[in-house]
Amino acid sequence: MPQNEYMERHRKLYGRRLDYEERQRKKEARAPKKRAKMARELRGMKAKLFQKQRRNEKIQMKRKIQAHEEKKVKKQAEKVEDGALPTYLLDRGIQSSAKVLSNMIKQKRKEKTGKWDVPIPKVRAQSDAEVFKVLRSGKTKRKAWKRMVTKVTYVGENFTRKPPKYERFIRPMALRFNKAHVTHPELKATFYLPIIGVKKNPNSAMYTSLGVITKGTVIEVNISELGLVTQTGKVVWGKYAQVTNNPENDGCINAILLV
Amino acid sequence: MEIDVNTIQARLISDSGEEAGPPLDLPIDVDTKQLELICNALLKNEEQTPYIFFINDDEVKTTVKDTLTSKNIDVENVLNIVYQPQAVFRVRAVTRCTSSMPGHAEAVVALSFSPNSLHLASGSGDTTLRLWDLTTETPQFTCTGHKNWVLVVSWSPDSKKIASACKSGELKIWDPENGKQIGKTMTGHKKWINSISWEPYHINPECRKLASAGHDNDVRIWDTVLGTCVKILSGHTAAITSVKWGGTGFIFTSSKDRTCKMYRADDGVMCRTFSGHSHWVNNLTLNTDYVLRTGPFHPVYDKKKSYKVKEKEELRMMALERFQSVCPNDIESFVSCSDDFTLYLWRSDQKQCITRMTGHQNVVNDVKYSPDVKTIASASFDKTVRLWRASDGGFIAVLRGHVQAVYCVAWSADSRMLVSSSKDSTLKVWSLKTKKLAQELPGHADEVFAVDWAPDGSKVASGGKDKVLKMWAY
Repeated sequence: MPQNEYMERHRKLYGRRLDYEERQRKKEARAPKKRAKMARELRGMKAKLFQKQRRNEKIQMKRKIQAHEEKKVKKQAEKVEDGALPTYLLDRGIQSSAKVLSNMIKQKRKEKTGKWDVPIPKVRAQSDAEVFKVLRSGKTKRKAWKRMVTKVTYVGENFTRKPPKYERFIRPMALRFNKAHVTHPELKATFYLPIIGVKKNPNSAMYTSLGVITKGTVIEVNISELGLVTQTGKVVWGKYAQVTNNPENDGCINAILLV
Repeated sequence: MEIDVNTIQARLISDSGEEAGPPLDLPIDVDTKQLELICNALLKNEEQTPYIFFINDDEVKTTVKDTLTSKNIDVENVLNIVYQPQAVFRVRAVTRCTSSMPGHAEAVVALSFSPNSLHLASGSGDTTLRLWDLTTETPQFTCTGHKNWVLVVSWSPDSKKIASACKSGELKIWDPENGKQIGKTMTGHKKWINSISWEPYHINPECRKLASAGHDNDVRIWDTVLGTCVKILSGHTAAITSVKWGGTGFIFTSSKDRTCKMYRADDGVMCRTFSGHSHWVNNLTLNTDYVLRTGPFHPVYDKKKSYKVKEKEELRMMALERFQSVCPNDIESFVSCSDDFTLYLWRSDQKQCITRMTGHQNVVNDVKYSPDVKTIASASFDKTVRLWRASDGGFIAVLRGHVQAVYCVAWSADSRMLVSSSKDSTLKVWSLKTKKLAQELPGHADEVFAVDWAPDGSKVASGGKDKVLKMWAY
């Protein structure tokens, strides 16, 4: 340990060597070569420590360069976002809500003709044999007028069975559904909504009246919890949706809202 | 309770407690029309003023007898009947959409009529401010220059300048006559501006200064002629939601740090902190809001709009007179509404609140004093508008009808009606007499963000997410 700052004192008294600047410059110029040699020759633990330190140095260096570059570049103007909100809604984290869907008159007209622009325009035909299973009845099982629906069905809440003996179509409890996963195409969000009814099964009118839900069926769902409103300020209650999967295979109903 | 007496002793009292005359013997089935005649005669009014009457805070709707029987009031004592004068003029309810004016390319976020009801300005998400011609109801000028959504629009009380503020925190002043910018753009706020308030006309008829409340926790007072920031009022620890320049030289602010504060305008010293709310304070209204907004322009007394020929000093005296009629003792009261579902009534001379008004079941977004300073209307996200008595904050009525959050309310100049705008894409006009829906105004295709009733009562303008501006009239 040095006693007192004798080197500094000497420097103050007599100054540096005359070639000090020159030597310093050369030393600095040679430093990378010297460091590279060290990196090459070090082995074992020492090499590890050296590499780690060197790595940190490099990170710091790069950061500094980046910071300086940022200062030089002029900041580009912020892009104006869509979906302007008034000041009182700005901080509330409101998700984008869908616009009022199509207007009501158009929808009524479509309803009359029973034609919708649907996401799945063509549907594979389902034969009666595929949808219904013949159940034999009677004491000797000779009668064959009973049918069991082998597809998913929607059965309204106020449905009461006929006397089981005379029931022609049996809709099994296990295949009855009353809720569907409905995706809003504009919001890109999916909601689990109660079904109100089956509007149209493209295969046959009988399937529609039975409430059979297959791929491509148009169902009516209760969207009141989405909080959409009509132009007159009423809450929209029922909306149509088309089924996009095969519910009998998947065990759930997926549908797309018809906007 | 059956009442079998034929006459009662009654005394007519104004709402500040002055007696109109000696107690009278009144027949029990006297109705409001007759009471009005008596009251006018007692007060020796030159022109007949309409009055409404209250017995123990219950409005007399048909006859005194009906009110007495329904409320079980003692008929032996001298009955105090409180009379309240109403505006001499009437504003007709708006019933139809006179025009929908397209023009904005994005949602209309803010709009405001000029105090003299000759101009209309609207700010939008397409970064422009638009001025509309009210006689033909067509677009007049498009003011471009802002770099982001124009969030706030505010007219100077002399109707000769408009201040607009955008989301990047810049303030600009525009001339409504030619749609050109006046002076420099005022920059300084680090975040967007939530509210602008001009210096009242009776303090300085030049309309030079304005206060802006930023989301960066500061209020700045600007000199619009020089385009510089005169003062920065700091003290709030969260975003400031609203600023109001009161008529007695104080600036009132409400903030998301749950407090309201009062600053002296000339030196920027904070005078008082009003704390009580337990969540963001969303808005603030002064009892003098309406007279300060309209300044010297009374909606009816000067129908010919001969303001241009009058001297500034004369106009200033008119504004001062109007201000003093509302606020005679220089103590302003104000109401703040908050995210904690309540409203507080404060007076500028005391730290404690006068009342806490509870009843809303969701965030209270907007609150407005009626122009006659008798009633307060509050709009809430719980789909209702509620009415409160301005004198003591007592609950009057709840107006239900909207199916979604109510965003804003605006009063008609005669305080007999108000209009509310809602998320459910409708406007609704409510009558104060029946406390019921007077008119439903559907027409917007999406949420209605802003609504304003012209100070002269002739028109209502509304704008929202569907980008069109709609004008409504009788």
